[in-house]
Amino acid sequence: MRSGSVKPNQKSTIDKSPVVELANISKSFPGVVANRDISMRIERATIHAIVGENGAGKSTLMKILYGLHQPDSGTISINGVLTQFKSPSEAIAAGIGMVHQHFMLADNLTILENIILGYEPTSYGVLSLSDARKRVKELASSIGVDLDPDLPISELGVGQRQRVEILKVLFRGADILVLDEPTAVLVPQEVDELFVNLRKLVANGTTILFISHKLDEVLSISDEITVIRQGSTVATVAPNAVDRLKLAELMVGSDLPGHGERATKIGKNIQLSVRDLTVIVKNHKNPVQNVSFDIFESEILGIVGVDGNGQFELCEALLGLVDIQGAVEIGGIDASNLNVRERLDQGLAYIPFDRHREGLMLSASLWENALLGHEVSLSRGPMIDFDAAKKSCREIVEQFGVTTPNELVPAFVLSGGNQQKLVVGRNLAKAPKVLVAAHPTRGIDVGAQAAVWEEIRRSRDAGMSVLLVSADLEEVLGLSDRILVMFDGKISAELDPKKATPQILGKYMTGAQ
Amino acid sequence: MRKSLNTLGSSLGAIVLALVICGVLLLVTGKDPFAAYGKILETGLTGEKLLEMLKRATPLIFSAIAVAIGFKMNLFNIGVEGQYLFAALIAAEMGTHVSLPAPLHVLFILVVAMVSGAAWASIAAILKITRGINEVISTIMLNYIALSFIQWIFETFFRDDSDGGLNVKTTEIASSGRMPDLVDNRLNGMFIVALFVAFLYWVIVFRSRFGFKLRASGLNPIAARTAGIPAKRMILFALLLSGAVAGLVAMPSVIGDVYAYGPSSTPTQFGFAGITVALLGRNHPFGIIVAAMLFGFLDSTSAVLQLSEIPSSIVKVIQAIIVLVVVIVNEASSRRYDRKIAERAALALKSLDVSR
Ligand SMILES: Nc1ncnc2c1ncn2[C@@H]1O[C@H](COP(=O)(O)OP(=O)(O)OP(=O)(O)O)[C@@H](O)[C@H]1O
Ligand SMILES: [Mg+2]
Repeated sequence: MRSGSVKPNQKSTIDKSPVVELANISKSFPGVVANRDISMRIERATIHAIVGENGAGKSTLMKILYGLHQPDSGTISINGVLTQFKSPSEAIAAGIGMVHQHFMLADNLTILENIILGYEPTSYGVLSLSDARKRVKELASSIGVDLDPDLPISELGVGQRQRVEILKVLFRGADILVLDEPTAVLVPQEVDELFVNLRKLVANGTTILFISHKLDEVLSISDEITVIRQGSTVATVAPNAVDRLKLAELMVGSDLPGHGERATKIGKNIQLSVRDLTVIVKNHKNPVQNVSFDIFESEILGIVGVDGNGQFELCEALLGLVDIQGAVEIGGIDASNLNVRERLDQGLAYIPFDRHREGLMLSASLWENALLGHEVSLSRGPMIDFDAAKKSCREIVEQFGVTTPNELVPAFVLSGGNQQKLVVGRNLAKAPKVLVAAHPTRGIDVGAQAAVWEEIRRSRDAGMSVLLVSADLEEVLGLSDRILVMFDGKISAELDPKKATPQILGKYMTGAQ
Repeated sequence: MRKSLNTLGSSLGAIVLALVICGVLLLVTGKDPFAAYGKILETGLTGEKLLEMLKRATPLIFSAIAVAIGFKMNLFNIGVEGQYLFAALIAAEMGTHVSLPAPLHVLFILVVAMVSGAAWASIAAILKITRGINEVISTIMLNYIALSFIQWIFETFFRDDSDGGLNVKTTEIASSGRMPDLVDNRLNGMFIVALFVAFLYWVIVFRSRFGFKLRASGLNPIAARTAGIPAKRMILFALLLSGAVAGLVAMPSVIGDVYAYGPSSTPTQFGFAGITVALLGRNHPFGIIVAAMLFGFLDSTSAVLQLSEIPSSIVKVIQAIIVLVVVIVNEASSRRYDRKIAERAALALKSLDVSR
């Protein structure tokens, strides 16, 4: 246990009963590491945050509580009753619901269908969709969410998908809610909304476990914070007993990164030029309308917006994945009619919004994942150059601090943050001319975040242009040379990061200004 | 490497388990399982029968590889049956219309067979790419269409009644277009071609850039597309390649045995057997060869079983049970394998932590 001014929480709990009690939980896969003798008490109707470095074992602990993994030793008590969950369905029956770090929704089903999947309500044995629709609408409005239950999931942005995940859990009657990085892709307003929702739930007696790498949020929402480091609990603290810096120190044992002033100048050549770009969707409102901007050499252009205002479609359009009107130039060459491969060959690289959906082959090895998109340069003739591919992967692992024994393990054994580092590394590795980066540090801990920012800055200084789309406004303000606000599919404002603050950005993002 | 050993082990275990289950079935039906298995081994393990095993394995290898190419991309080519029968007719007929020196003549027929198989498969590919029609449905329908279509063009244009109409075939292919035998009248050169195709399958799918793109598209189509791998083109290429290999399935008969296509002489049902062999061999070239030989071995003994009053259909039952058991065991063992990897990873990570 670490010493210091932070004393482990020892509140005497007479009136408040612990609703979840984890005692001496250990979990090896099975060679240990993931969780080592972890004990936690979570009081009823509180929000309990869990923080820690990438790979510290947070998700594993929560999966144990949810019945997805069985602990090697240790016990779980719910409402004072010793329990053992052999599967999530048993945990769900005990009132536990989990929203995973990586969303698990079926793309081709509607919101409603996803929510009721596996828990189809019936009346006299007949599937009663109208009852379910009513109940989903009630639930949604009770926590202040506005969604059309009949939209297919494939049309939703990440933020909206996340709401659906929460609704799904509530629909099953959960009163203990586990949220694994629920805010990773939400902008501050959405986070605020979510927190209002969560507080409403807590007021009604729901207990919430909350994992996040965003320490400010953790400090503002939680009643108690547990810090996990390399599989063990380091401390349990009250939020008013610590600040961001202390928390980070407890987590990673190092200081918080800052955003320094840039030393190099923005270049003179336009590397990415977008003119009157409109994304066409049949029978639907066009998600991106008449967007124009230029990005110069060595420039980072930040794009902020509430999720679902066209950022995702804009990125897809730049990559050549959707039908567009207007013109896109990459490195001075008209790319409007080029396919994805040809655009990548022009020096474009893309860090996708959702690493599991668009970035990784989870059952394939790390080196094959690192190879994806770089097949041509890592081939000899028509054959894959295995040695070169593995070497290139080892370099990424080294440079971006991916915690992994070697490059041969499949991608699914990495923790979420380490998977993200691999995806980021793969796209920065080949010195692209233009990087389109969506939530580049999603799920990455504060220490490693600084390393990724440093890599992006270094490539920028070497001439790379960046289109940075992020929900993390501090990240956008710290890295960008210019900021565009996207609202309702259009660019609604251009701001100077030196003069803007998260509050100002927030006003523009909601269309209030 | 470890992974393939692991798979080998679990496949062997599955086969043993399947034999036990069949033994019980035999017992229940009042037969002596030891006598039956003894008979199978006794007759199967003679030189003559072992050659027959290789011969029977040959079309299975082609068919299983055709199926496996699709599987590697999550495409289910159920249409190998139609593709190879169509290819057999076209190749047999075209083979009678050219005169070329021996090796070229054979090569010509093989190429025509592959092109025809690919052409028939391309219909399913085009339907999928342009209309989004599921290949399972289209290839099943195309099997029916192929059967009627082949019958019609054969009856209308290519039927050769010179032997009195008892065994109608296309005109016999000249000797320059015939695949030489490896062992007279027992095994022809198509067996070598099958091994070569299995090798090419390994090189193309597991080692080449094209193969990587194919596997990536199967593992995560969205990630593959985002990384610049054109989904539609990959579907087209995969189905064409699959169809081309399917086109070879009947060649051991057409240019190695009968020297013609005929509705009664050209073997059928290999398209479906290929699916089971691909499953048993887990889409790996080596696994497919071994699985095809196992099936060939069991098939080769079935006639003898009949003579000793053991129903020869027991062979088919064993094959079916093996495949079922293998699919189940492999599923379980690949989970166990994933766990083992995780275990090793965790161990290695632990040593990293210590050294940090
Ligand atoms: N299914 C698995 N198989 C093997 N190892 C695993 C598995 N899941 C997690 N691990 C390992 O266990 C450790 C803890 O992972 P976990 O996912 O719990 O980390 P985390 O704290 O959630 O990290 P992050 O912040 O990156 O999400 C990591 O070293 C990871 O590689
Ligand atoms: Mg995690």
